[in-house]
Amino acid sequence: MTKTRSLWEHGIKIGVIGGVIALLIALVGMVESFNRRDIITEIVSMGQVLVLFVGIMMGYIAAKRTTRPEPLIRCLNAVIGSLVTGGFLALLVIGGRLINLRSMLVNASPALYKFLTLGHKGATGIFIMLLVSFICGAFAAVLYHLPQLIRRVVIISLSSMIMAGVLQDLIRPVLSAWGPMAFLSDFFFTGNGLTVSGSIVLVVMIAVVVTAWGLKGQDVKTGYGSLPAGTQRGIKIGGFFILAVVLIALPHVLGLFLSEVLTIVGLYVLLGLGLNIVVGYAGMLDLGYVAFFAIGSYVTAILTSPELGFFSFSFWGALPFAVILGIFSGILLGIPVLKMRGDYLAIATLGFGEIIRVLVLSDFLRPWLGGAQGAGGIPKASILGYRFAGPQQIYYLILAGCILVVFISLRLKNSRLGRAWMAMREDEDVAQAMGINLVSTKLLAFATGAGFSALSGAIFASKLGSVYPHSFSVFISIFVICLIIVGGMGSIPGVIVGAAALVGLPELLREFAEYRMLVYGAALVAMMILRPEGLWPEAKHKMELHAEETHVEAPEPVAVT
Amino acid sequence: MWLIGGFLMVLIIWGSAATLSAGKYTGRHWIDFIIFGLAQGSVYALIATGYTMVYGVLKMINFAHGEVFMSGPYTAYFVAAAMYRTDFLDKHPFTALFVIFIVAMAISTIIAYFLEKIAYRPLRGAPRLIPLITAIGASFFLQYLFRGLYGAGFQAYPTIRMLEGFWFIFGIRILKIQVVVILSAILLMAALYGFIMLTRVGKAIRAVSEDKEASSLMGINVDGMISTTFVIGGMSAGAAGVLYALMFKQVHFFMGFIPGIKAFTAAVLGGIGNIPGAMLGGIFLGLIESIGPSLFLDGLGIPAPYQLKDAIAFTMLVLVLIFRPTGIMGERLAVKKA
Repeated sequence: MTKTRSLWEHGIKIGVIGGVIALLIALVGMVESFNRRDIITEIVSMGQVLVLFVGIMMGYIAAKRTTRPEPLIRCLNAVIGSLVTGGFLALLVIGGRLINLRSMLVNASPALYKFLTLGHKGATGIFIMLLVSFICGAFAAVLYHLPQLIRRVVIISLSSMIMAGVLQDLIRPVLSAWGPMAFLSDFFFTGNGLTVSGSIVLVVMIAVVVTAWGLKGQDVKTGYGSLPAGTQRGIKIGGFFILAVVLIALPHVLGLFLSEVLTIVGLYVLLGLGLNIVVGYAGMLDLGYVAFFAIGSYVTAILTSPELGFFSFSFWGALPFAVILGIFSGILLGIPVLKMRGDYLAIATLGFGEIIRVLVLSDFLRPWLGGAQGAGGIPKASILGYRFAGPQQIYYLILAGCILVVFISLRLKNSRLGRAWMAMREDEDVAQAMGINLVSTKLLAFATGAGFSALSGAIFASKLGSVYPHSFSVFISIFVICLIIVGGMGSIPGVIVGAAALVGLPELLREFAEYRMLVYGAALVAMMILRPEGLWPEAKHKMELHAEETHVEAPEPVAVT
Repeated sequence: MWLIGGFLMVLIIWGSAATLSAGKYTGRHWIDFIIFGLAQGSVYALIATGYTMVYGVLKMINFAHGEVFMSGPYTAYFVAAAMYRTDFLDKHPFTALFVIFIVAMAISTIIAYFLEKIAYRPLRGAPRLIPLITAIGASFFLQYLFRGLYGAGFQAYPTIRMLEGFWFIFGIRILKIQVVVILSAILLMAALYGFIMLTRVGKAIRAVSEDKEASSLMGINVDGMISTTFVIGGMSAGAAGVLYALMFKQVHFFMGFIPGIKAFTAAVLGGIGNIPGAMLGGIFLGLIESIGPSLFLDGLGIPAPYQLKDAIAFTMLVLVLIFRPTGIMGERLAVKKA
């Protein structure tokens, strides 16, 4: 294909790309914000890890892409890749210290340069940056040439240690809450990050586990496979049981803040499962999904809020109305867009979502919907005296909702309707030729999706106690789309994984929250190019998307005797 | 379907009649609305040509075009601010404006070019949904990238004294800046149309939008033409951005999103894939948006009708997509593509 013009071509090319990425990450401010959290207290901060990661990654990719087989050339390319990446950053520091870039690029501050040069001024600082880049490249080169098992061990144990530092807000409370385990929390963590001894122990422990699995893992799998079917089922059921216990106990183990995070993730799971039906099963990209969420919330508000003063239902009384009106509006939205395909459908639904948002915000509908101030006083739900007041209780309400929706999704997936949706997704004309009534199938998809969304909206309204029009922006639709895509379109575990990753992580990493949309956007583009089926895809979907890549061997012609 | 359409027509006519008979707005008001609508519409028209050209060659909606529109003027703002501080702006307004335009168009073009190269080219053959999602992702990535780089605030464009104030044309008092916007837009659109219709490159682009495979068989460098399309779209969006910034006096990282959707509406209104259609659609949309709230919403007794301005544009979009998806001037491409 492309002839290598020089030995260093790949190194330089990857280096330039890496340099631009590193520059952007630094100038956007991510490096500085990440710097506030330490991975290993006082020694290694998350910001440093980020920059080093980019350096090493670029070196590794450069090594991988090099077409010349000689290991020395590969190593050199890796080093060059990392050096060029670091070089860009060095240029930034040199330029930034000469001219004040701050009036344009708000993050090009002396603090940033200090961080990048590890606190040294002038030429020493630049030299240190280049030295660090060189080390990254060397490390990447070594990593590339290690045998696969050892490489996996190194990567997984180091990344796990880093993840432990990143997710310390999640891990520390869990460890502290369990009496006997509390001392572990103090051993591993201190101040802002991991302790030195804690990090070393963690790396070693995980290295041991991964090595053991690498050597013996295959035996475990064959061992499990050879168990009789009854025992296998028994193990699976046991697994479910443990999962159920964990889910039920979770809010009390995790404490208030984390339960709150769980409730938010849960709401997005609900939304995601609903949109999963419209986008994942039926293949219709609905960008105005937040409209149904808003309708569910506002119906609940109208029916329950004393501020609006029309009715005063209880939460349970309002809920069915919210869902039914949601379903109804789903059908209403579906009718005009029946004939539209692909891009047009997406934009039309986006238009609808925006219309709803504008209406809800307007003074025109203020007497009914509360206008820009919204409406408050929405009651919490309660069953037999147990009030779903705080996050730990609302969690159970949402959990129940999620289980219901997962159940319905699963049953629908394997039903005639589900298969009709998937046929429609693949090719509408053929589906119609096969006798599927497009109108009713499409409307049912919209209706079901809208119903789930309205359910989520009603719970959201009760949880917050009030509704504000600003909560219902187009971003929510985009978040939910991202969730589904990243998790895997049409796949139920995918939606849950997507929600946990895309909604849970920003909540846990406050520093990350500011760059949320940036990362979402980049993740979306990257996923579409690299892995369009998502993180936990439906097996069929994966097959479809990679169909061109799999080469089906022609069967050997059987000699006819 | 027709019931809904008919119902809306009745509402519109009723509202208009009520407003006109109430005489709340004088002739001067209406003229102001119309001029404003024309100015805003010309900006939409310029952006819409970018959408329509990309749709013509790639059959996809470049959702991120709004951000291409934003990036140019936002970057040019810093140049403008620097020139303002050094009084260069006041002493040499023409040169300054020229520089601002060049910078904005250059940046928008670069963003558009790399957008195509990185995000869209790898996905050339993929099922329709995937490039669309990528475009959405790219749109948000660009928005927040610029937010991170330049900050989240509204930046006020420096006032160019030459453009302040009014002119009297045929006895009508019009803001100078609006005249400039309308005239520049017309010039640019004429240049664009001329380019597409009269030059070899333009012909090649038209060929690629008709049939990619046949074009490549005819010796046309399809990839190159597609890049050129994005480049042209970027240039017109960058220019439109400066005009928008001069008119509304501020830039913001999110400023591209809504105009982007409205410009897309305009492109669909005129017939997607149809360049003169996009231009007409843009102007039409601008006019409706400007006159609409006062004309029919006010008559229906809706308080603060301007809040619903966006809703009018979106309703327009939905209505066009339902009733006449081929647009006013008719789509040059078949509607039902698998």
